[in-house]
Amino acid sequence: MTFRKTMMVLGAMTLVSTGASVGAAQDTTTSGVRIGLTYSPGTRPGVLVVPVAGPNADSVRAILARDLDYGDRVTAIDGGSGDAPSGTLNYALYAKLGAAALVQASVTPSGSLHIALHDVGAGKVMNVGDFVLPQPALGAAWRLAVHGASDEIERWVTGQRGINQTRVLFVRDQRLWTVDVDGAGLSAVPGVGSALSPTWHPSGRYIAYMDLSNDGTHISVRDLVSGSSRRIPDRGGSNITPAFSPDGSTLVFASGNDGVDLFAVPAFENDAPRRITNGRGSSNSNPSFSPDGRSIAFTSGRLGHPEVYITDADGTNPDLLTTTGFGDQLYRANPDWSPDGRRVAFQSQIAGVFQIMTINLRDRSVQALTSEGRNEDPSWAPDGRHIVFTSSRSGAKQLWILDTETFRIRQLKTGGSSRQAAWSPRLDSAK
Amino acid sequence: MNTTRTVAALMLALTAVAACKKKPEIVPAPAPAPTPVAQPKVNIDSINAARAAEDARRKAAADAEEARRNAGAIAAAKAAIGQVIYFDYDKDEIRDDQKATLEAKIPVLSLNTNMRIRVLGNTDNRGSDEYNLALGQRRAATVKRYLVSRGIAESRIETVSFGEERPAMPGENEEAWAKNRRDEFEIIAGADAIKVPRE
Repeated sequence: MTFRKTMMVLGAMTLVSTGASVGAAQDTTTSGVRIGLTYSPGTRPGVLVVPVAGPNADSVRAILARDLDYGDRVTAIDGGSGDAPSGTLNYALYAKLGAAALVQASVTPSGSLHIALHDVGAGKVMNVGDFVLPQPALGAAWRLAVHGASDEIERWVTGQRGINQTRVLFVRDQRLWTVDVDGAGLSAVPGVGSALSPTWHPSGRYIAYMDLSNDGTHISVRDLVSGSSRRIPDRGGSNITPAFSPDGSTLVFASGNDGVDLFAVPAFENDAPRRITNGRGSSNSNPSFSPDGRSIAFTSGRLGHPEVYITDADGTNPDLLTTTGFGDQLYRANPDWSPDGRRVAFQSQIAGVFQIMTINLRDRSVQALTSEGRNEDPSWAPDGRHIVFTSSRSGAKQLWILDTETFRIRQLKTGGSSRQAAWSPRLDSAK
Repeated sequence: MNTTRTVAALMLALTAVAACKKKPEIVPAPAPAPTPVAQPKVNIDSINAARAAEDARRKAAADAEEARRNAGAIAAAKAAIGQVIYFDYDKDEIRDDQKATLEAKIPVLSLNTNMRIRVLGNTDNRGSDEYNLALGQRRAATVKRYLVSRGIAESRIETVSFGEERPAMPGENEEAWAKNRRDEFEIIAGADAIKVPRE
């Protein structure tokens, strides 16, 4: 039996015993309470990160263990403190702690991270990998590389690469910030004025955003590596809600002096905008591409109130997506197409308060993901499973991350009132 | 008499008439020089000066009075332009109770053809942040269309939206929401020489 099959059997057994706790329709956090490591394991195999050897060992171990926990696919088991084990690992002891797999890591004198994954049941090493850690130690690039190791461990164990080597771009006090998805590395994007609606280029190297000035709103594209910015030529009025196409060549945004319509421009050259929607004076905004780049979901008020529509990327065949009532108010907005293409997340008013929902594109079934406080602006993680969004549940607007499979939720700490989060693509090539 | 002679005679006659019209004061025969007046010349000058000074004083007083009246009228004109109008939730139509406020701007705009204004559309914070930017733009555009329909040149009106980003009143209650769903007005040219309607 392979390691992964063992995990699946273990998972299935656990599912039977704890099935009642899985699949609750909505997140069930009590106000002000943050679910932490006491979360019920559900179907997730236990993984224990044994004490790490080498420089910054404790930091590496803490990052790896926390990443595995936040990934929601395995149960991170607390292995206690102590020195890095030498010689043969005592598999029987770890099995008693509930570990199906062990992560043994060491930082080499040359500054690379060596990782071995042990299958506790089989009593042997299943995978090894070496990860270059850019200097300085504990710096932003170093942390991103450790997150990359976590993501690879998650792939070894579950077959699915993790999402820790990503960042969330968001708005705080009308400035743009980024933060690692574990809440570390909070950093302001320099040289950006009064900014809103940030979005990532699929390379992770560029961002686009809207800047707000007294003469109107404009779209800019910024190179996060060189720090240079370029304003997209526009025709005055409002220019809002940019989104890059999945191939990165095209930028779509809403523009207009009365209603706004979606227009497409080349992302890195000056060329005349090409009209996509024809809303005849209504508002058409918040484009989000399907992963194949052939369709765009967007918000439109063409029926007199905002709803989510889907159109072909060239503007043909616009179609109302949110056709049925999902609440008592006619207000649905901010679609974000999932990376696996199957679902669109959006926000809908229920009793006058926004909640996050998803609509399945195959059968158009709708699922409410939130119920506590005001929840809006969903953005999918690259795994198509986690969502970051803005919630008022703690009192102020804060960013929260929800696992749409287990409904586990945690706050992404950003040091202030924050909103309009955009989850980055995997940053394994970007710095 | 041939034609040439007739024309020449006519031209002579016309020239004489024109000459007479131009300088009628020198046509009379020279009169004897007037008898010198007994008053010394300096006296005339001082009377003239006194009269001029009096005129200047009167004019200054009138100007000041006018300025006082004008200052009030200019302030009133600026206030009429700056008067905020309010909207219903998620709506961009001009409410009936807001039309008088808009109408009060028309005479000022009509008289001051160099004046340019900016309409700033704003929303409450109940909708989506980003869709509200679009709603604010429509609110500004609705007012621009109204002013254009009342004869104000389109090129004199700019529109911009701040969505829910610049609330007039913070808060999560109906009073704050109602105050924030609004168009504001800014004079962006022609504010330094405002003409006001005469009574």
